Amino acid sequence: MLAILGVAIASAMLLDMVMLATGMRESFRELLLTRGFQLRLAPKGTLPFDTDATIADVSAVTQTLRRNPDIREISPVLGGSIHIPIGGRDVSASVLGIDPSVQGDYELQTGRDVLATDAIAVNDRLLRELGRRIGDTIRVATGYDPQTRSYSGQRDLVITGTVRFLYGATDQSGAAVRRETLQQMNAQSPTRAGDRASLFMVRARQGADAEQVRRWIEAQLPNVSALSIATAIAEVDQRLSYFRQLAIILGAVSLFVGFLLVTTLVTVSVNERAGEIAVMRAIGVSRSHVVEQIVVEGLVISLTGALLGLALGLVTARYLNSILAAFPGLPMAIDFFLFQPKAAWSALGLVIASGIGAGVYPAFRAASLPISQTLRREAIA
Amino acid sequence: MNDAGPIISLRDVRRDYALGAERVHALQGVSLDIDRSDYVAIVGPSGCGKSTLLNLIGVIDQPTSGTVTIDGRRVDSMSDREATQFRLRNIGFVFQRFYLMPILSAVENVALPMAEAGLSRGERVDRAAGLLSYVGLGNRQRHRPSEMSGGEQQRVAIARALANRPALLLADEPTGELDAKTGAEIISLFQKLNADGTTLVVVTHDEDLASAARRKVHMRDGKVVDG
Repeated sequence: MLAILGVAIASAMLLDMVMLATGMRESFRELLLTRGFQLRLAPKGTLPFDTDATIADVSAVTQTLRRNPDIREISPVLGGSIHIPIGGRDVSASVLGIDPSVQGDYELQTGRDVLATDAIAVNDRLLRELGRRIGDTIRVATGYDPQTRSYSGQRDLVITGTVRFLYGATDQSGAAVRRETLQQMNAQSPTRAGDRASLFMVRARQGADAEQVRRWIEAQLPNVSALSIATAIAEVDQRLSYFRQLAIILGAVSLFVGFLLVTTLVTVSVNERAGEIAVMRAIGVSRSHVVEQIVVEGLVISLTGALLGLALGLVTARYLNSILAAFPGLPMAIDFFLFQPKAAWSALGLVIASGIGAGVYPAFRAASLPISQTLRREAIA
Repeated sequence: MNDAGPIISLRDVRRDYALGAERVHALQGVSLDIDRSDYVAIVGPSGCGKSTLLNLIGVIDQPTSGTVTIDGRRVDSMSDREATQFRLRNIGFVFQRFYLMPILSAVENVALPMAEAGLSRGERVDRAAGLLSYVGLGNRQRHRPSEMSGGEQQRVAIARALANRPALLLADEPTGELDAKTGAEIISLFQKLNADGTTLVVVTHDEDLASAARRKVHMRDGKVVDG
């Protein structure tokens, strides 16, 4: 029983590592596709929101993009931060300037979207920090200078709803306003004033080749880097290669530990039953049937352990995920350990293969026991 | 089955073992014939070569030299596959320890060699049940070895040895782990088996068991000295 528990723990770890190796990538892919935008456009040489750089002349870019019949929807997004002076302190939050009719950055939870230019939607965290409710008006600083922590003006905005940002971190206060509202608030800034966007999200027509559209955009807009889901994932893959390597190494170690455990267990069992096996051989049981029986024994131990390990792996993955997901700066929708049937089948397949492999050595040992000598040894013992 | 001549015939059989740097001569030129339907007890002091002789007759060991013929077939140089098939069809074994499968019931233990011989499930169950009744355990078919006494387990082992209707039943100290009363039950079962036509060769230190045999073969220092 203890040995099966050992195999279960090794299998659970293997499953977790397989989930970790592929989970974050898949989770990121699902996240990017949540709203069906297959392409992201960022200032040339940057990744979305990696820097403060922006794409100028949103109208002209939009017009260019509309020329491609494969492009169905364009959602320009302007990023920034806002500061809300309350009772002698400043509450800071990240803000997105969007067009609510095509935005793909948040889900409205309560209230109304930012339909008017004086509307602001906030996430729960910011609402708590502000100590306000939906319908309250807040005074937001404009022309804020972070060096002197002073501002040149103020603008009143009405909280119309609460939202959940799809790409927002758990520890991040955030808000959304119409893009033109944010542009007006940035009017004094030498670098961010005007018709600008930090990012364009582009939805291609169903059936269109997103990669072809991406290449077309980069050819038409030389100041823009277009990222398809595939390129974004390749980028993420590169950044997460440490995680994957760690997962592969730990997964291989758990598989090897499970293999050794089953081999040891079956070998001990064969040694203990040497007399029984010799008698089986004496009464006419063939070598191949002895091998078959011992290999099946290893397989049964591995399978039982693997099934227990599956349940254990899912529980531990959930727990570990909750720890890692709380890591500052990560989108709350990202899962490190994403359960995928394919991953579970892969882990199960590896455990089955290792179970068969683990039974092979003791099985051949059992099958090649010299019958008469084993019986003599057993009789003396 | 070859009805003419002895069922077992050994000619100048030698069996040497390497024991470290030393060479042990367990059998030193044994020649022996055993007739069909005979009941032979091989007796002698410990280490005289009784079990080695029985192992050669049972085709679970091969002689260093000499010939062993069972039921008209040379068995001294068979391949492992041939020897396994030969034992399955022609020889039944009973050992001092019963070596029953602990997870199987009595009837399943008895049916085990029949499965190996390719009998259908129905045939196996019917024949195993019949054999258990024959050895006096008709009411213990579904019991596992752990639920049986030593004598009952040995009787299951005897039924298992008879599973494929062998012409020859070999027993190595079959009463060695049993008390006198249970041993006597096994002795009378062997007599019943022999009366029904089974050839029996028994290696034993048990005087009662040896006396029940029709013929005694005495061994000393790897040689047959009498019988």
